[in-house]
Amino acid sequence: MGRERQQPEINASSMADIAFLLLIFFLVTTTIDVDKGIRVLLPPWSDEPPETQKLKTRNVFSVMVNANDELLVRGEPMELKDLREKTAEFISNPEKREDLAEKPTKAIISLKNDRGTSYEAYLAVYNELKAGYNDLWNAEADKRFGLKYEDLDIADRKKLRADIPLVISEAEPTSFGEEK
Amino acid sequence: MSKFKKKRGKTTPAISTASLPDIIFILLFFFMVVTVMKNSELKVDVSVPEATEIQKLVKKSLVSYLYIGRPMKNYQSVYGTAPRLQLNDKFATIDDIPLFLEKEKLDIQEQLQPLMTASLRVDRDVTMGIVSDVKTKLRKSGQLKVNYSARKRAQALK
Repeated sequence: MGRERQQPEINASSMADIAFLLLIFFLVTTTIDVDKGIRVLLPPWSDEPPETQKLKTRNVFSVMVNANDELLVRGEPMELKDLREKTAEFISNPEKREDLAEKPTKAIISLKNDRGTSYEAYLAVYNELKAGYNDLWNAEADKRFGLKYEDLDIADRKKLRADIPLVISEAEPTSFGEEK
Repeated sequence: MSKFKKKRGKTTPAISTASLPDIIFILLFFFMVVTVMKNSELKVDVSVPEATEIQKLVKKSLVSYLYIGRPMKNYQSVYGTAPRLQLNDKFATIDDIPLFLEKEKLDIQEQLQPLMTASLRVDRDVTMGIVSDVKTKLRKSGQLKVNYSARKRAQALK
């Protein structure tokens, strides 16, 4: 009868506007950036003073950063840009020199900073030390597998890292400098 | 002749916009999925240093952020200019860290808890004193996985 009218069509032309509004909202609030940085594994805390173990001087690569952000490596001042190469040379000791590490598993890098060292300098030094290791890992991975270290699978990576372990030991910072 | 003449140039046919909402919706869904709402308002100035050996933090939900920097201008009258620690939305002291970490743990499944990372977002001009204190506290709280947040450095060292 008269009831059988046609349903009026819903006007959908404003749908695009609504969607646009939502889109702009999400566009504005989105942050796609992922956090990036240098990953570190801290040593567990123990209340007892650490065992003093006798290490041969040739196996220790001491790096110190003072409150003026100056670098002292094995008692000698050094430029930051040389640190990466020297670190890698110390660990791998390609020429079997008497004053560098006996073998990579025995090499220890000892990093010490002051409470007044700027964070930027500290991180730059840490970055160079890690870069030294990364260079060695990449070279070793290339030699053994013909791949970059990042492209190795986890088992191979573990094996490689067992041969060249990352040992950066950090001492309690000194407090000569002024904290700002 | 005129029989075959096309009616060219007289009226341009309207472009159909019927599919426009669909396109917009697809874009919308993309952004809805990628969006992570800004989790905390920064009260300290943090401009992270640059580095080359950086890795991405994959699982965002497993990361807890610790901000260290100087208080921003509008907070300096109350909090001074010495570097401060910020946890979530508030200024905090070193002693607040264990509780903060416990709270972060509550939201995470037990088997994933060992994978949690503390990301230190530290301003480049801060001195190491406060950073060392935070590191010591993290070690004491058993949070050993740490990330020093940094940006990618483009050019080589001078």
